[in-house]
Amino acid sequence: MTDFVIRSQNLTRYFGRKCAVDQVTLSVPRGSVFAVLGRNGSGKTTLIRMLLGLLSPSRGTGEVLGCSSAALTAAVRSRIGYMTESHFVYGWMRVRECAAFQAGCFPRWNAKVFNSVVDYFGLDAEAKAKNLSRGERAGLSLALMLAPEPELLVLDDPALGLDPVARRALVEAMLAVTADKDRTILFSSHLLDDVERVADHVAILDRSALRVHCAVDDFRDRIGRWILTYADHPPVLPPIRGLIYTSVIDQALHVTIANPDERTQAELEATGAATVSRTQLSLDQAVIDYLSDRRQRTSLLTAVAQEPTLA
Amino acid sequence: MAFDLNISTGSSVPIFRQIVDQVRCAAAHGSLAVGDRLPSVRALAERLVVNHNTVAKAYNDLIRDGVIESRHGLGVFVAKRRSIFTKAERTRRLDAALDAFLSEALVLEFSNEEIQLALERKLQAALPSGAASHD
Repeated sequence: MTDFVIRSQNLTRYFGRKCAVDQVTLSVPRGSVFAVLGRNGSGKTTLIRMLLGLLSPSRGTGEVLGCSSAALTAAVRSRIGYMTESHFVYGWMRVRECAAFQAGCFPRWNAKVFNSVVDYFGLDAEAKAKNLSRGERAGLSLALMLAPEPELLVLDDPALGLDPVARRALVEAMLAVTADKDRTILFSSHLLDDVERVADHVAILDRSALRVHCAVDDFRDRIGRWILTYADHPPVLPPIRGLIYTSVIDQALHVTIANPDERTQAELEATGAATVSRTQLSLDQAVIDYLSDRRQRTSLLTAVAQEPTLA
Repeated sequence: MAFDLNISTGSSVPIFRQIVDQVRCAAAHGSLAVGDRLPSVRALAERLVVNHNTVAKAYNDLIRDGVIESRHGLGVFVAKRRSIFTKAERTRRLDAALDAFLSEALVLEFSNEEIQLALERKLQAALPSGAASHD
């Protein structure tokens, strides 16, 4: 039986008339590294805030470490590490004061962990938090989050604005946490190569709704890309099961299909294509196809290069 | 160890498959010899900066295919080569490799003799002391 550290049931949130999160039902297995992907404004932060009880849902329920999101106790909260999007720290505190302040809020505090992360990022314990660079501030937030040794880490776009070295340090810190099978990480990100390195589960939010929720390997296995060529200009495709994305590149139609089966090839051949061949898709391309507009269109590169046909 | 593993993200080949392919290839070419020890799952995951489950999955595949073997408490070692594919499957794989090789050679406009000669030279170089292997 799988043990889930986070669960939500039809979690929904409206801001005025705008639906920010639409009936999201998901479950995060213990010990997993769970990536939440989606474009800006797709509802990732709102979803995370609802799960952590920082925002009340319009409908639906959430549960973290067996406790309702609406009624998280201090004891449960102390087992969760949360890193916000902007790496918020109190600017007037010195690095060592941030540590003392944070340590007072948690029953457990591993100073060795704090110091090693702070050292890794080259932070001076006497430096004022407001004078830190973006990467240094991220390092400080990371150290503050890891030192209480939380069993669940929730990181909202932790790599935002970080340089490559700081990003790598962040990825290594996340991997170090996963060495313990009982610790779970949920993080949102736009950096798909980091996701490919660390994540074993993936959820994709597209315009407020959850469209993908599975193991990363299953995601890769269950999405296929075909290239169709036609004697003439490619036609507008009839409805095809599982069609996610199409684009026209140099007279060939590239189509991405979810859950392809033994009939998919025949369906594609029935569109009148001269050749139908399947190719491999990288993880980042699969995610981009999911998040792109589903209308059939030409690549922006081609469109820009072409003569305008309309005045 | 002369054997160096490298992975790249953003490839159409998943990371665990890249590890499997490289170990398999190194074992076949001899840059990994029978009995060589591979890094532990944790050490390799740390070096490649990837989730250790990814490395564990690759190692499991390699163990299943008989390329490496796990000796309890000692680590993971390159296994004695044994044929785990059927004759038909081996022929199919050889055909696929030959097709790719031939189409490239013909595009480059080499003659039949030149291709045969080049292949012969490669064979000599790849097989130690010219011993032909029959298994």
